Amino acid sequence: MDDTTTIPPATVDLAARYEASGVAEVLRELDAELIGLEPVKTRIRETAALLLVDRARRDLGLVQETPTLHMSFTGNPGTGKTTVAQKMAGLLHRLGYVRKGHLVSVTRDDLVGQYIGHTAPKTREVLKKAMGGVLFIDEAYYLYKPDNERDYGQEAIEILLQVMENNRDDLVVIMAGYADRMDTFFAANPGFRSRIAHHIEFPDYSDGELMRIAEQMMAAQSYRLDDGAKAALAEYVELRRKQPHFANARSLRNALDRARLRQANRLFSESSGPLTAEALSTIQEPDIRASRVFRGGLDVDRPRQQGETP
Amino acid sequence: MRITQGCFSFLPDLSDAQITAQVEYCLENGWAIGVEYTDDPHPRNTYWDMWGNPMFDLRDAKGVMMELDACRAAHPDAYIRLNAFDDTRGVESVKMSFIVNRPSEEPTIHMQRTDFEGRTQKYAWDVRR
Repeated sequence: MDDTTTIPPATVDLAARYEASGVAEVLRELDAELIGLEPVKTRIRETAALLLVDRARRDLGLVQETPTLHMSFTGNPGTGKTTVAQKMAGLLHRLGYVRKGHLVSVTRDDLVGQYIGHTAPKTREVLKKAMGGVLFIDEAYYLYKPDNERDYGQEAIEILLQVMENNRDDLVVIMAGYADRMDTFFAANPGFRSRIAHHIEFPDYSDGELMRIAEQMMAAQSYRLDDGAKAALAEYVELRRKQPHFANARSLRNALDRARLRQANRLFSESSGPLTAEALSTIQEPDIRASRVFRGGLDVDRPRQQGETP
Repeated sequence: MRITQGCFSFLPDLSDAQITAQVEYCLENGWAIGVEYTDDPHPRNTYWDMWGNPMFDLRDAKGVMMELDACRAAHPDAYIRLNAFDDTRGVESVKMSFIVNRPSEEPTIHMQRTDFEGRTQKYAWDVRR
């Protein structure tokens, strides 16, 4: 019953613990499911190793403080911050640093109220739900609005800081956002910077990585791209990257969703006889080529009127 | 006089660790937890004051314990109970209820017996401090 009366073991087998904790499985999953993101994976592996060693130290009776596990993820949109946060929750759970391992994903709207006295209960409510798991605050810099000193965001920030300090054993806070705006946010709220131990940067995906992601996404929905479509998509990625609001994997997912739409439409208008499963699941070149990106416009823009200049 | 109502009230007071374990059990069953307090422990007083709304969608007992601590800080000398609500039948029915805080000196419940028509007797109880 009582931990303090047991005699600590003299040695510890790290490799055995590594296998037993199930961390290896999470890391393998991370490698298999997430393409690219090498710096992120390295940091996660390092963090996992540190936590494992920490636990071993504790079991040997060495002095060990609960490490600060709050993190900040910075990177452009669509670089996998939320996905990694999800995996992080699982990882920390297996390492025994959070009790339940669920992820509560929130933005400013979920934390900040609309009138005086509304913010504190709202923030507390979210924090209560996140207890025992990971609280993921997307676009955290929106919490702080420097141009309005009466903004209720400040109140949410104060409660967050307090809980991040006092309930370190109960929850892990991960803040995410674009690198430059997060820097301003941390500069204006030094309390956060000192309470967050791990700053992890998410690089943009290369064209090759995006192509692999596309294939993975399509395979998950039992679609496949034929060779023409692959070539067109590679060209699409290159063009799309130069246009504004490029959101890496998310732009790609939207493009593929629209390609599926066009494929369905094509099948309707072209085919007269019965279709094979093969035909139903193949995206062809014209499905991708029809995108406005190839004609110099954004995919999301409305079509240009005649005579209008870009 | 020790008030006995709800679960565990014939046992010694639960420690915080024991309360946490009970709350974990409730959450595992998917029940929502509400914190209520009162200074009137009369058995007919079913309407205790609510300390905030019942808590839905919690995953960990810590959230409940935070509210309980806040309620204890605000009402150290009140009765506080935790109610667990089960919604499987389409209504939030109380599945479990137990007292987690008592005043340092508990009031007594006094019984008054009155004679009535014929040899009938009527009974009434009131809380006396």
